[in-house]
Amino acid sequence: MVGSLVFDFFVFPGLLFTLAVGILASWVVRKVSALIQWRVGPPLLQPAYDIAKLFGKENIIPEGGAEWSYLIAPLLGPAGLLLASIILIKSNYLGTSFIGDVIVVLYLLVLPALSVILGGMATGNSLSAMGSNRELRLMIAYELPLLLSITAAIVKAGGLKLATFTGQPVAASISGALGFIAALLCIQAELGFIPFDTPEAETELMGGPLIEYSGPLLGLYKISHLMALLVLPLFLVTVFLGGFSTGWGALWGAIKYVLVLVGIILIKNTNPRLRSDQALKFFWYGAAPLGLLALILAVVGDLIGMGWV
Amino acid sequence: MATTIPIGPYHPLQEEPEHYLLTVEEEEVIDVDVQIGYNHRGIEKLSEEKTFNQVPFLVERVCGICSHSHPYAYCLAVEDCGDIEVPERAKYIRTLIGELERIHSHLLWAGLAGHFIGYDTVFMWAWKYREDVLDLLELLTGNRNAYAMMKPGGVQREIKREDLEGARPTLQTLKEKSEMLYNAILDDPVLKARLEGVGVLPEEDARAFGALGPTSRASGIPADARADFPYGMYEELDWQVITREAGDTLARVEVRLLETLESIKMTEQIIDEMPDEGSIDSEPENVPAGEGIGNYEAPRGECFHYVQSDGSNRPVRHKIRAPTFMNFPTYKSTCVGETVADATIILASVDPCYSCTERAISLKGREDVDLLELSEKKTADLKEELGVNKSPLEEVLDE
Repeated sequence: MVGSLVFDFFVFPGLLFTLAVGILASWVVRKVSALIQWRVGPPLLQPAYDIAKLFGKENIIPEGGAEWSYLIAPLLGPAGLLLASIILIKSNYLGTSFIGDVIVVLYLLVLPALSVILGGMATGNSLSAMGSNRELRLMIAYELPLLLSITAAIVKAGGLKLATFTGQPVAASISGALGFIAALLCIQAELGFIPFDTPEAETELMGGPLIEYSGPLLGLYKISHLMALLVLPLFLVTVFLGGFSTGWGALWGAIKYVLVLVGIILIKNTNPRLRSDQALKFFWYGAAPLGLLALILAVVGDLIGMGWV
Repeated sequence: MATTIPIGPYHPLQEEPEHYLLTVEEEEVIDVDVQIGYNHRGIEKLSEEKTFNQVPFLVERVCGICSHSHPYAYCLAVEDCGDIEVPERAKYIRTLIGELERIHSHLLWAGLAGHFIGYDTVFMWAWKYREDVLDLLELLTGNRNAYAMMKPGGVQREIKREDLEGARPTLQTLKEKSEMLYNAILDDPVLKARLEGVGVLPEEDARAFGALGPTSRASGIPADARADFPYGMYEELDWQVITREAGDTLARVEVRLLETLESIKMTEQIIDEMPDEGSIDSEPENVPAGEGIGNYEAPRGECFHYVQSDGSNRPVRHKIRAPTFMNFPTYKSTCVGETVADATIILASVDPCYSCTERAISLKGREDVDLLELSEKKTADLKEELGVNKSPLEEVLDE
């Protein structure tokens, strides 16, 4: 029992697997971006080298910062994403699911953003405080449409268990498709990709909340980002696109995951960075009504018994 | 509570050390200060130690992007001082290089501006097209930057007809690509949201601060040294001064991109009209005592040189004023009241001229290779690629 738990947490579908796929996904992001931009792009293992390099470097704790939160904050992100990844993957291929695990995953997915905010606030640097402030604003912006669209999917699928979504592509209906679009935009912001990378904006804030971080602690943030590259698109695939199962289903699931990832990369490379206030307006006045519409359609479709609405 | 946000002297926004101090309240900029002087190299003093014919090579190194502008302005100043005539063909060659330089500089800026607002795809694409211009410059002058073409009274080297004809196809593709870039940038709703109405420089402020070049033209002031103090062949060419009334960042982008198209048009005219025969150098004997000024429209605005001569073979005093010197102060008008997110693109939108752009070549383990030979070979390869005939010198080199 303990052995299988350790295996679950540290090997598959836990730390090792999530990291390995995250590194692969990060390479895909960089390679596809490079191809769009007429560049060559990095070799396959470059993201792994980057992480390994950071873990060989020195940790510098800034003077005047809040030492404990500075040290603990980077751990929150990977921890949350690790749990989310285990719940998501196991529910998909084993069907082990419990009531309300969608809600649990939603809560766990807030942790990376919180860890960035906490870490940025703890450094005592004005630029990183500004970045944390922007991250907080961005979170307030995208959480609402994300929750609305996920709720629409829950209504559509008819259950609070992740296992109910498997094999049931919610996006194959009007409300599901609208919800998927809204959720995809939220995921873009949650990943901190352009056009929603205001918190880190290197040409404005030079990395924002992460500006004072170095060595293994910065490496933890990078790991958190790598894992998010697997977990967030996978969450979308599970909730909206029918997830994946074992055998050929796993391959089909992987294809869906890569398609979502490529969609995210395309949005990333064909837009400039939005300002914080513009991002807020975009999510509240653009994405949130879309999510609300999806929810209303899903409820109406459920009431009148038409599955395609 | 007001906080100070330092941008520079080392910052991803900048290629060269410069220090902007933004005083902000929350995210709003309430004051801006600029500290410069990290790049002082004593060029004006050095210039007094060189002969009149050596100075162009020195001032070429003031800036890597405007490496034709400074020598040109200096030559205009010396020619003004000594009443030196310049042969027509030399004027054509000077104007041709000047316009090609404007194209490459504006494309470079468009790419950087894209990078500053996080649009790296525009950055990479604009620089890819800029590479073609650099190839053209190498084809025509032998160098990608620092063309070493200028001398008082003319130009250093010929440009052959076949090289000029070889430039045509590249110019044609360049025109298509620039138009595509112009449409892509102006049609993008997200870009519009980021640039429109941001960093507005009203016309009266532009006049008060003495803004120059595209910065002033985007605020509705048709100030252009090419039209105001005609030099080179600009009076003969068919072109117009591009102006926009809005004065915001989008207008500055628009002016630069339209000027790129205008420069391509001028370059094609020059290729059509340039005579194949004739002197390229009036070979002035000496520069009499006196003083002269040169106003040259560099890509960033009017570049001004003052040269004083006492009748010897060296300038007694040589004063340089780069356009950015006049464009910096407009930050007081454009940045204040905007957010930090917008301040960075506003700071970049006057295209501050960093004395930069160095071309490096790695020869690790190839110490036996002669750089000059390598450079000549690369030019020859380029000509072959563009389908231009080889010169007798290159034929000898090949053997």
